[in-house]
Amino acid sequence: MLTKRVIACLDVRGGRVVKGIQFVDIVDAGDPAELAHRHAAAGADEIVLLDITATHEGRSTLLDTVKRTAEKLFVPFTVGGGIRSAEDAAAVFDAGADKVSINSSALVRPELIGEIGSSFGAQAVIVAIDARREGKDPREAEVFASGGRKPTGRRVVEWAQEAEQRGAGEILLTSMDSDGTRNGFDCELTAAVSAAVQIPVIASGGAGNAQHFAEVFTRGRADAALAASIFHFGVTDSRALKAEVARSGVAMRLPC
Amino acid sequence: MIAVIDYKAGNLTSVVKALKHLGAENIVVTQSPEEVLRASKVVLPGVGHFRATQLLHDLKLTQSIREATANGTPFLGICVGLQWLYEGSTEAPETEGLGHFAARCEHFPARYNGGELKSPHVGWNSIEKIRPDSKLFAGVADGSFVYYTHSWRAPVSADTAATTPYGGDFTAAVERGNVMGVQFHPEKSAETGLQVLRNFLEL
Repeated sequence: MLTKRVIACLDVRGGRVVKGIQFVDIVDAGDPAELAHRHAAAGADEIVLLDITATHEGRSTLLDTVKRTAEKLFVPFTVGGGIRSAEDAAAVFDAGADKVSINSSALVRPELIGEIGSSFGAQAVIVAIDARREGKDPREAEVFASGGRKPTGRRVVEWAQEAEQRGAGEILLTSMDSDGTRNGFDCELTAAVSAAVQIPVIASGGAGNAQHFAEVFTRGRADAALAASIFHFGVTDSRALKAEVARSGVAMRLPC
Repeated sequence: MIAVIDYKAGNLTSVVKALKHLGAENIVVTQSPEEVLRASKVVLPGVGHFRATQLLHDLKLTQSIREATANGTPFLGICVGLQWLYEGSTEAPETEGLGHFAARCEHFPARYNGGELKSPHVGWNSIEKIRPDSKLFAGVADGSFVYYTHSWRAPVSADTAATTPYGGDFTAAVERGNVMGVQFHPEKSAETGLQVLRNFLEL
């Protein structure tokens, strides 16, 4: 049976894993390669590494970090941050990533989605969407660019559909309203996007406990859910979390 | 020497890394028909579009793969590499497969059992009905999970070594003698995937 995926996300800045609350108040959480391996060993189904300041500071993705992390990682590995062209993506794949996540650059130039997809396959392209709705209807949620700094005036559901049409393989949907709160994923927003596209939707922002994952997999119709801070600070590990999610009737990869 | 065939279909680095991790030495990433003929094992990885396999014909690799496998060289196709072992795929009807196994690969249905079926099939799914004589799955328990990302799949036949349920059962792995293929990505399937690759290396 196809299981729902629990993804450990490493937000990287200056070669270190960091974690912020609602995209600010950054604290240090460790070495990317070390944490990636620890998460994989603890049962994470997938690892995502986001160079969160790459777009903002105009730096290219930290290829050395990617290489070091990918070296002995035998679960799917996604890298995002600062990928502006098919050439940038190629360098990240060369360094060992299986998928790239593009966000701001796809908003600036949506053709990029198809350009990367035609060389590396749609399965290798994740379009990440940072969404804010401040209590409004999920269909009114707005897309933000540049690490949540710039409103774009675009609606999240419509942008997700366009990304799919242009050849995205998955959507990584982050609720800026929920991010870092540990109060749960935005199930309404996730369900609205999941219903609007055929490709898998990864929910992000707000993970605090196993119940939150179970909710976003059922009510939120997410195919995968991502969390960072709850893992890094030893609140729980993926194995314990997945066992608890499985007890609520959601298919999980267990034992792992 | 293990020949990992490069036909510009996605990234080979993870496959090579996994093989090295398992202790494989003398891995050659190649497009050369001669090297394929000299190799003790041949791996054909691949993600992406079936039409990319046209390059195998263009580079005259098809003939050398036929010869090598006829001589008993163990051969492992991964993902599109498995699909290429069949007659072809509806993804690129104009591109012929090797035709080692009968049947063509087809897209997942949009609906199954009255419900919508998402495509691509992405994520960890179980391998089931493992054929008892399978060499690839020695030491792998029925119900183990492996990682998939694909939209086309091969139907179940007598050569199927294991199945996975998604829109009905499809061929998770095919195996007849020294010619085998896996639809999932063993290089991304944690311990289970590494065990499959280890089994192949030990042939």
